[in-house]
Amino acid sequence: MSDHTVDGLRGLVAAFLRTHDPSGDRTNFLRARFDAGLAWVHHPPGRGGLGAPPHLQAVVDDAFADAGAPDNQPRRNSIGLGMAAPTLLRHADEAQCRRWLRPLWTGEEVWCQLFSEPDAGSDLASLRTRAVPDGDDWLVDGQKVWTSLAHEARWAILLARTDPAAPKHHGLTYFVCDMTAPGVRVRPLRQATGEAEFNEVFLTGVRIPDTHRIGEIGHGWQIARTTLMNERVAIGGRPLPREGGMVGVLARLWRERPDLRTGGLHEEVLRAWVCAEAARLAALRLRQLIAAGQPGPEGSAVKLSFAELSQRISGLEVELRGAEGLRHDDWTMRRPVAPDLLGRTATYRYLRARGNSIEGGTSEILRTIIAERVLGLPVEPRVDR
Amino acid sequence: MTDLLYDADEEALRDSVRALLAAHAPWQRTLAAVDAGEPYDGALWRRLVDQTGVTGLAVPVEHGGAGAGFREVAVVLEELGRAVAPVPFLGTVVATTALLACGESTLLRQVAAAERDVALAVGLATAPDAAPGPVTVGPGPTLSGRVLGVADTVPHGLLLVPAGDGLYAVDGTEAAVRRAPVVSLDATRPLVDLEFTAAPAHPLALGPTAATAVTAALTAGAALLASEQVGVAQWCLDTTVDYVRQRHQFGRPVGSFQAVKHRLADLWVELTEARAVARYAADQLGTAPAGERVVGSEPALAAALAQAYCGPVAVRAAEVCVQLHGGLGFTWEHPAHLYLKRAKSTAIAFGTADRHREALARLVDLPAPHVGGAAADDGAGR
Repeated sequence: MSDHTVDGLRGLVAAFLRTHDPSGDRTNFLRARFDAGLAWVHHPPGRGGLGAPPHLQAVVDDAFADAGAPDNQPRRNSIGLGMAAPTLLRHADEAQCRRWLRPLWTGEEVWCQLFSEPDAGSDLASLRTRAVPDGDDWLVDGQKVWTSLAHEARWAILLARTDPAAPKHHGLTYFVCDMTAPGVRVRPLRQATGEAEFNEVFLTGVRIPDTHRIGEIGHGWQIARTTLMNERVAIGGRPLPREGGMVGVLARLWRERPDLRTGGLHEEVLRAWVCAEAARLAALRLRQLIAAGQPGPEGSAVKLSFAELSQRISGLEVELRGAEGLRHDDWTMRRPVAPDLLGRTATYRYLRARGNSIEGGTSEILRTIIAERVLGLPVEPRVDR
Repeated sequence: MTDLLYDADEEALRDSVRALLAAHAPWQRTLAAVDAGEPYDGALWRRLVDQTGVTGLAVPVEHGGAGAGFREVAVVLEELGRAVAPVPFLGTVVATTALLACGESTLLRQVAAAERDVALAVGLATAPDAAPGPVTVGPGPTLSGRVLGVADTVPHGLLLVPAGDGLYAVDGTEAAVRRAPVVSLDATRPLVDLEFTAAPAHPLALGPTAATAVTAALTAGAALLASEQVGVAQWCLDTTVDYVRQRHQFGRPVGSFQAVKHRLADLWVELTEARAVARYAADQLGTAPAGERVVGSEPALAAALAQAYCGPVAVRAAEVCVQLHGGLGFTWEHPAHLYLKRAKSTAIAFGTADRHREALARLVDLPAPHVGGAAADDGAGR
């Protein structure tokens, strides 16, 4: 039995480091760390964890970082780590977990998410990609869109319709799709920033073995909700120091460039600073609630505020720069694995931030979710149920 | 790490204060007292003090208090805000902070034991960085001058009066102290205009100690008021949600309309953030063992942030509450107006949000632009 305390976990990391050289082969080191239960400490033993309380993860991560050990480059596999892994842990069987969790965590296999379709955005449950049984397999046909990392991914979590006759929320099934399988075609989808983080994915007669189905047939919607809740937490949940986000860029610009200052913009900068600090403290409080075992609905608040603030602050920065705000760095089509929000010009931040209130649930849908699930307000009369 | 949650002791304190207020301060009673022109509820105040010892919470054990701290004080204020309770607790805490900074053990013991009511004789709208007040000293140890719009002064209580470069104690029963009630926007927090005419005074502190004591008291007031604002906003949100769930128009609950839902969702998001900001401000005060620590830069920053953020949230919550109750919310018979008046008054108390943004501009180095080019950068926005 391991000792689930800060000191106990630090001791486990120290013992691990005595037998595994952090400067040796990166992949082998990360695999061994997973096998030792030091990947996701809250996972059960055998699935990368120790069954320890989730707030001790930071202790382990810090101890490895202090030793100069390689990490699993979480930004490269954000969807795998943030959405696929929690869903697999909760809904996949033993063999599936054994096959997928370790290479997902080490970053050997990148994951993407095949959910949204051209005609199924906010109304995700109306999706039309079909999966038809064929012997021990399923044959999948359809089109997915807004797929980040599809061009890098080895695997995808896929939502497909298996019963067109059932009410729309009951006819869906959750699969894992091999992105290298015949019939999977990935096309870049260019954004307003000029780059293509996203893709269109065309699925034509793609064969998925039934052993890659997650959960029961027809239970896809309930399982997808696990994924989407994790998406919102993954987007909104990181702790930042004061001025750690975009507001820091704006504040430093204000300090370094007295020539740009005007009275009206001063007021707006101060208001934005106040709101950013309030949102930062709310995110910190959310983490404390989760660590104390009281996960609340505050994740939705954090995501909503983050989107609104990043748009407001980046727009303000472009305006503050005045004539310089007319200049963009580069419209060349690129294929980034994650947006570079702090490294590029203000114009890039401004344009990319428009996506923040759309991706991972639009702000309008989030408000409706908060109103119905947090405040308990009645649902609107619907014609599709 | 700063703890932004509530611990078990704080939750227990909340439960007992909430139960007491539910039993003895329903809004109907508060409204009736306002109508009768006697809004302060002395019996309620006595009961609160006797049953939960609130006046001793912020007083260290060595001065006869409970040594609990400002985090607990903040929890009590949340509940008092939630009930728009007409008791002088906030003013008592503000004055207590001044006494702590002066090291006034005897007076602190009397306050903690609820043997004496005490208030800081400063206008409620005074920001922590405001210039000294208009009261003058002399001849001898007497004070003269007027202080307008002072909250939480109980008749016969002790007044702590900043005057000259000192802080003085004046017995409120002195004939040389005139106390003129004001018709205040928030009748549940009555204001008075005070006039001192050569009133006998006892110096508590002189020079920098006195200035520090007043700044510490006002900083604590600004920081802790945020928790009262959270309580006000929480009541407004809860009450409005309950109402729009049961109120039907066009054959469906009003709360099923998206325009209504989204307004309330936005309010919930703001309240979630206001709670984190208010807890942070209270926690930063709570880490200051002595009064003078309260004026350190992080407690001052947290207090300025609290009033720049939480005041407007409380006002919005009360305004949404009135609006979404429709015609009912605009009537004297419904309590929404009590919360609206409380919220709007608190947005001015201890300095407006704008005033606190100016303070933040100095504290976090986001200076105002130069005015006229030639002027020195001396915080020209002030």
